[in-house]
Amino acid sequence: MMRNTILLFGIIATFAIAMFGLTILPKMFIDKAVKEPDYYTPFEVTEGHRIFVREGCIYCHSKQVRAEGFGADFERGWGRASVATDYRNLLPHNLGTMRTGPDLANIGARQPGRDWHYLNLYQPRAINEHSIMPPFSWLFEVVSEDARPGDEGLRLPEAYRIPGMKVLPTDEAHSLVAYLISLDQQTAGVD
Amino acid sequence: MDPGSNQPSYSVSDLDRKARFVVLFLIFSGVFWLLFGTLLALFASLKMHLPDWLGTAGWLTFGRVRPLHLNTMVYGWASLTGAGVSLWMLSRLLKAPIMLRGYIVLAGVVWNIALLLGSIQILAGFSRGIEWLEFPVATMVAIVLCVIIISVSVLLMLINRRVKQLYVSVWYLIAAFLWFPLLGLVSSLPIFDTPTVQAGMNWWYAHNALGLWFTPVGLAAAYYFIPKVLGRPIYSYGLSLLGFWGLALFYNWNGFHHLIGGPVPTWFVTISISASVMMVIPVVVVAVNHHMTVVGSFRAVVNSPTLRFVVFAAMSYTFVSLQGAAQALRSFNEVIHFTHFVVAHAHIGMYAFVTMMLFGACYYIIPRVTMREWHSKGLIKWHFWLTAIGIIIYAGALQGIGVFQGFAMNDPEVPFTDTVTMTIPYLVARSVSGFLMTAGHLIFAWLMFRMVYRPGEQPASPLVWNKIREEFAS
Ligand code: HEC
Repeated sequence: MMRNTILLFGIIATFAIAMFGLTILPKMFIDKAVKEPDYYTPFEVTEGHRIFVREGCIYCHSKQVRAEGFGADFERGWGRASVATDYRNLLPHNLGTMRTGPDLANIGARQPGRDWHYLNLYQPRAINEHSIMPPFSWLFEVVSEDARPGDEGLRLPEAYRIPGMKVLPTDEAHSLVAYLISLDQQTAGVD
Repeated sequence: MDPGSNQPSYSVSDLDRKARFVVLFLIFSGVFWLLFGTLLALFASLKMHLPDWLGTAGWLTFGRVRPLHLNTMVYGWASLTGAGVSLWMLSRLLKAPIMLRGYIVLAGVVWNIALLLGSIQILAGFSRGIEWLEFPVATMVAIVLCVIIISVSVLLMLINRRVKQLYVSVWYLIAAFLWFPLLGLVSSLPIFDTPTVQAGMNWWYAHNALGLWFTPVGLAAAYYFIPKVLGRPIYSYGLSLLGFWGLALFYNWNGFHHLIGGPVPTWFVTISISASVMMVIPVVVVAVNHHMTVVGSFRAVVNSPTLRFVVFAAMSYTFVSLQGAAQALRSFNEVIHFTHFVVAHAHIGMYAFVTMMLFGACYYIIPRVTMREWHSKGLIKWHFWLTAIGIIIYAGALQGIGVFQGFAMNDPEVPFTDTVTMTIPYLVARSVSGFLMTAGHLIFAWLMFRMVYRPGEQPASPLVWNKIREEFAS
């Protein structure tokens, strides 16, 4: 009987202590520092974050830069080491675990051009033929060349053009790109 | 090898007859999700080197198919089948019938519906976006509640047991059925509301889902089937004890080694690295214990379908755990973090260890609860070799190239694109290995199907509906 009590007690105790150590304790240490700043996050950016999560970009792109001297993140121009306040308290967290593509923690500074992002999202191979990033064509609409004058559409290379049609980003693409451009270590944190 | 008992009031065949319906239901549900998850795996793998294949279908994009593959394999295949296997082992080891059988069947139905709903949610774009926890919170909580019903049944069996001593497998299983619901509930709490804290919870959860749920179920099976099939006792009680408590003490603390170099206080990471290295103790202890039990009987390993899978799985456990301890070291982690190496590592854990262990367990359990023989010995061999060679190619290809990918990524002279192109042939090899494993799964599913469907033969159990009524009545 004694042994079984020890067994049950041990099972719960080992779990509870580590649970406290790895979830509650970090919360007590980190929350204070990140909850205080008042993040001004426009709706477009939170919406873009939602689409980033929906399309699973995180399974190929990390969003955490390691410090100079640990890996070559800094030398590759991915930015300084990430800190907790970089994430604007947008949930779910997007730290990621995989770098099939480059880290995106500072992509807004590296690649501030909206048109570049539209093209990369519509057809990554229009920019880099070796990319294995999926196309996200459902964030775009294909309309007749004459529709919506004044809106030229994406400047696609010959191979990806559709005769008589042009490709326009939808609101979802606008939001996603606004989010990507907001990923700039200079302006993250308190605005 | 069952711990001795003076008053066996249930015969083994009594226990198996009572276990039949609920165990078959859970295991067959798992096999369904195995096939579904395998299909998703093929999609994800092919899409990595054929990015424009089905490229216009949003619901089939890589970023949705890949997490769904993980979730169906983890909460569908491995958890449902693992629960069925665990209940059967407990019934045998405690010499008590499975309790609350009707309620478990009901929970199994709800669980399957939750999986279906969660699958639609992820494909439709409503993922929670946290790795290993992509099912929306409500769906996840539904699954956890189903597990809790099984946990209650496990505790009732413990109270109703007809044996005095608890065998080592029982310790692991009781722990698993207490740990997993707790993990699931804590991970669903809304208190992790800042990004880096949530990341910490994320990896505490994900690592423990493997370490505190699948690992104890897998080790319980190894401790059960190896001595059972060989007909000799486990080598050392002392080592069993050390292995169990070592796992309970150290595995719990491993999670933060997924965040090495990340934006969290370093000392949390350092704690996890130390705990990961300490895991060497229980792992080696368990390996020695199993090896010393098998030594001298390697013929039996070749001849018994169960042992072939179980021993392969137990060896994989040792390998993957030692590898995991090494991966937690900062110098090694600097290279392989963020590469395909880690993806392969996870598959050695969930496939070469957990999945192969469950296959082995099924080959032992199903004939006993259906009272039928396997349809074809040859097909079992095919199943083994296709899956074993498949996972070896998978791990070899991705871990091989993962190291080079890591070195290339840490060399700023190498353009990033080269770190992508160098992996392509190995991603193709992964797809090939995927087809081998798929073939193995189809064979397994066919063999399983033939165990319950034999036209012309008198059914061994009454029709499903009557059976459910009967389960509730008992
Ligand atoms: C299957 C993996 C994969 C997925 C999923 C994926 N990407 Fe990519 N992405 C890549 C690869 C690979 C590259 C780099 C190609 C190269 O340089 O060779 C890339 C490059 C990029 C770049 C350019 C980075 C730079 O430093 O120039 C951006 C921005 C980007 N991706 C955004 C996204 C967004 C947004 C999503 C989700 C909607 C996404 N990616 C989903 C693989 C992926």
